[in-house]
Amino acid sequence: MRFFEFEAREVVKRAGIPVTDYGFTTDAGEAREIAQRIGGPTVIKSQVLTGGRMKAGGVKFADTPEEAEAHAREILELEINGHMPRGVLVDPRAEVEQEYYAGVVWDGTRKQPVMIFSPVGGIDIEQVAEEQPDKVGRRHFSNILPLSDFQAKEVIASTGVSGSALNRLVPIVTRLARLFVENDMVLAEINPLGRLADGSFVALDAHMDIENEARGRHKKLLAELGVGEEETRQAREATPFELAGEQVDAQDHRGVAGNVTEFDGNLGLVIGAGGGSLTLFDAVRAHGGEPANYCEIGGNPSVSKTCGLAKLVLQKPGVEQIAVMMSIVSNTRVDIVARGVIKACLELGFDPAEKIAIFRIPGAWEEEGFKILEKYGVDYADRSVSLNEAARRAVEKIQGASAEAA
Amino acid sequence: MRSDGIFIAVEVDDRAAADPELARRLTEACPVDIYAQGDDGALQLVERNLDECVLCRLCLDASPPGTVSVIKLYDDSAVLA
Repeated sequence: MRFFEFEAREVVKRAGIPVTDYGFTTDAGEAREIAQRIGGPTVIKSQVLTGGRMKAGGVKFADTPEEAEAHAREILELEINGHMPRGVLVDPRAEVEQEYYAGVVWDGTRKQPVMIFSPVGGIDIEQVAEEQPDKVGRRHFSNILPLSDFQAKEVIASTGVSGSALNRLVPIVTRLARLFVENDMVLAEINPLGRLADGSFVALDAHMDIENEARGRHKKLLAELGVGEEETRQAREATPFELAGEQVDAQDHRGVAGNVTEFDGNLGLVIGAGGGSLTLFDAVRAHGGEPANYCEIGGNPSVSKTCGLAKLVLQKPGVEQIAVMMSIVSNTRVDIVARGVIKACLELGFDPAEKIAIFRIPGAWEEEGFKILEKYGVDYADRSVSLNEAARRAVEKIQGASAEAA
Repeated sequence: MRSDGIFIAVEVDDRAAADPELARRLTEACPVDIYAQGDDGALQLVERNLDECVLCRLCLDASPPGTVSVIKLYDDSAVLA
């Protein structure tokens, strides 16, 4: 779950990292008062959970409190990429000598956080890594063992920063890494981290993303930040199709048939198993297929839950066929999933052999599952067929069917 | 008595089905609620749950031999016994 900038700044401030004397408001008049208190040039920044706000006119500079009020009034009405702002942040326009980058990201492959530092800030770190790789320092660290200042020092020093700047930056990066771990984050980024004329450092912007599943562990923090329990902070509102998917998953406690996400394609997907969904979705696209949806099944869903999901996907406008694919399953029964998807076809008046482009779920009770599939003439594959090959066959089949229909 | 789903059918000897004690045992044993006990204590088969059968054989273990049959309609009507 992403934090707005004003929330992320508060988290940074609480961690003991210096921030500017900013203020957040939802009222243009109050923006003027904040600018008055700051007493100098200010920056008025739209608080939206989307990129490109500078380009869209969501960041404006003001020399006087009156100008700050006028800008705030405009920005509060300005929709950016379909998002209305939560409010505006009024920030002093700091005289920055140099902009740096400090971040911590969860590395899903290593299953460890990685701290990243660069003396080139203010732009995307990916761009710096590409253009000036020697200016990006990084290091994985344990999220279980105590964190040492030395680890941050090594990362910063590797980019050529030394002397007083190094000494001042070490506690900032260490605190950032610590708050990342303590708050179960997947991203904690200060960009830019500004060095002022007196040599001190101050966080000028911050981005944070907390693990969704960890929200329950941080109720106090979220309540203090004013984050409502009902706030999903998703990039967009769930569609009726996706909401119907949630209902299918909630119908009983057995297994999972969730994370249903709508796309525009013609190939419905009933997919899952330990990361298999993402792999299969990507494989379908890599072979030129157009998925109608994403979803995750697993944990041995009941026949009725599988049937409910398959019906939902089959009834989605534009869906011509479905592909039922998982990696090798041990805790989901092949025969139960086979029953569910075939039942869905039959109850909707479809021939399973025509509607199911491929069934590729090897694993527990597969002999029984294959008997069911054979009875209804469904094309199935065992474990000798890779996920990638199964996805290719599904795409080939649906493209063939589409060509025939045309 | 017999009830058929799409994939599974269950057949129970009529005399056994009238036995409240057997009905209670079957209702307790089945993990997917295929069996229920009516107000009169007799056994009822819950048609909507038949296809949820996980072939666990608990109903067969809970009943005298030959009184309950689970039939796999997708497998040439093979009988689980």
